[in-house]
Amino acid sequence: MDGGSGELHDRVDQMKVMVPVKRVLDYNVKPRVKADGTGVDLANVKMSMNPFDEIAVEEAIRLKEKGVATEIVVVSIGEQKAQESLRTALAMGADRAILIVAEDKVEPLGVAKLLAKVAEAEAPGLVILGKQAIDDDNNQTGQMLGALLGWGQGTFASKVEVSGDSVEVTREVDGGLETVKLNTPAIVTTDLRLNEPRYASLPNIMKAKSKPLEQKTPADYGIDVTPRLTMVKVEEPDKRQAGVKVADVDELIGKLKTLGVVASAFWSGSNTTMRR
Amino acid sequence: MKDATLAAVTAGAKLGDVVALVAGQGAQDAADAAAEIVGVSKVLLADDAAYGHALAENVAPLIADLMSGYDAFVAPATTTGKNIAPRVAALLDVMQISEVLSVESADTFTRPIYAGNAIATVKSSDAKKVLTIRGTAFEKAAAEGGSASVETISSSGDKGLSSFVGSEIAKSERPELTSAKIIVSGGRALQNSENFHALIEPLADKLGAGVGASRAAVDAGYVSNDYQVGQTGKIVAPEVYIAVGISGAIQHLAGMKDSKTIIAINKDEDAPIFQVADIGLVGDLYKIVPELTEKL
Repeated sequence: MDGGSGELHDRVDQMKVMVPVKRVLDYNVKPRVKADGTGVDLANVKMSMNPFDEIAVEEAIRLKEKGVATEIVVVSIGEQKAQESLRTALAMGADRAILIVAEDKVEPLGVAKLLAKVAEAEAPGLVILGKQAIDDDNNQTGQMLGALLGWGQGTFASKVEVSGDSVEVTREVDGGLETVKLNTPAIVTTDLRLNEPRYASLPNIMKAKSKPLEQKTPADYGIDVTPRLTMVKVEEPDKRQAGVKVADVDELIGKLKTLGVVASAFWSGSNTTMRR
Repeated sequence: MKDATLAAVTAGAKLGDVVALVAGQGAQDAADAAAEIVGVSKVLLADDAAYGHALAENVAPLIADLMSGYDAFVAPATTTGKNIAPRVAALLDVMQISEVLSVESADTFTRPIYAGNAIATVKSSDAKKVLTIRGTAFEKAAAEGGSASVETISSSGDKGLSSFVGSEIAKSERPELTSAKIIVSGGRALQNSENFHALIEPLADKLGAGVGASRAAVDAGYVSNDYQVGQTGKIVAPEVYIAVGISGAIQHLAGMKDSKTIIAINKDEDAPIFQVADIGLVGDLYKIVPELTEKL
């Protein structure tokens, strides 16, 4: 960090990290599809910060603790209640928050456009986002933000190392890990192995109440967030057939044989001859 | 050719004529292989060092530029597809539709939300469609039998934003979780890391299976996070899923309930896992698992 030119040194010393967070149905709550097929029932159920976003907040805090980041700005786009998730992030250790109030749902493309505007104003060295929100499971916002800003992206990160004006991101890819080097400013999206988020202590929860939380609207940024997708309907997935119980291992193996497809898998001793 | 790619060809064919793009370095062989996929009418080959490691910063602009001549971009929902496709969508100013399960019409698709606990039907108003395809939801196109022509296209170059440093592809002989045909998963009932390895792994190896774990087992430190199957872990849909000592918490079920056959071994007969299991065996896993491993 200290070996670079004066200019680089200044820039690194001032590195701001921006962390967008989303308030979603708590991961321990079973989603219930509304009877009229318009969506999932979110009335009177526990809501929390998206788990991947908690990991993003934690990573930003660790960068600050290492002296790499100097300020952490958390941003949420959503209804007024999204303040709760911002306050949680502030209690964990973020410095200030921006809420872009949108009572209607904003799609990833609209979110990315708003975040791009915030990033242009805040000039962070890194934007760290959850790889996906566990409600809509889109896995798009970080990549879209990268495209809109013309920045590099390290998606599905399990390790982030900032040095000078670049960042090395180890990514969880199908079958293993891949490391890429990105010029900063850059986008990082978090995967599960990156870290284990801390719990906010009670004193920090109290302290977070007085940290700055600024409110904006999409119109303040001149962004049209009209959805491109219409939700035609939301349904329960097909229910699984009730199964059978077997008494012992021999009967289990017998059942596997009767199932045919399973037996072929089992008795071939490999997965190459399976078919269905 | 990856199964997920062949499934994406099937999905693309539901929308129209399918042209395959092969972007890579020294990718002539891959282009020739793509030309043999049944349903592919033409292959575009962009061969350049900039595409050697599928960096999204370089590949996405190539695709976005090509899209003036196409109505839809379809990618498999692999980590590569998921990395690149949203970047393409943003460059085109369209909303991507992720993890498509079915093509209902040219503009209407189904996709899972809430980790598959609900299925949404969405209709796109964008002129061009950008989709990622869940590989397990579509038949695979035949990898051989086609005879498309291969056309070389020019590279849009290295954007200079990113570079490949290295990769560490799991050395395990076991299949990777998201593509494994059989998965054996262990839960908190394994009690510790030693038991997990001593009981789960031999059974998995006997079956040529991948090894997974519940969040409880991961949180307790029996295995690392990359084993985790569930809403916040990996979403899997193998032919056979064997859940050993897993109670079946909501967040675990969300990650594996689309498996074709689910087998549960658990000492608690009221465990929720039995509500989704096709075959259940109530009993002591410490006796059952070694016996099963031996008799298979």
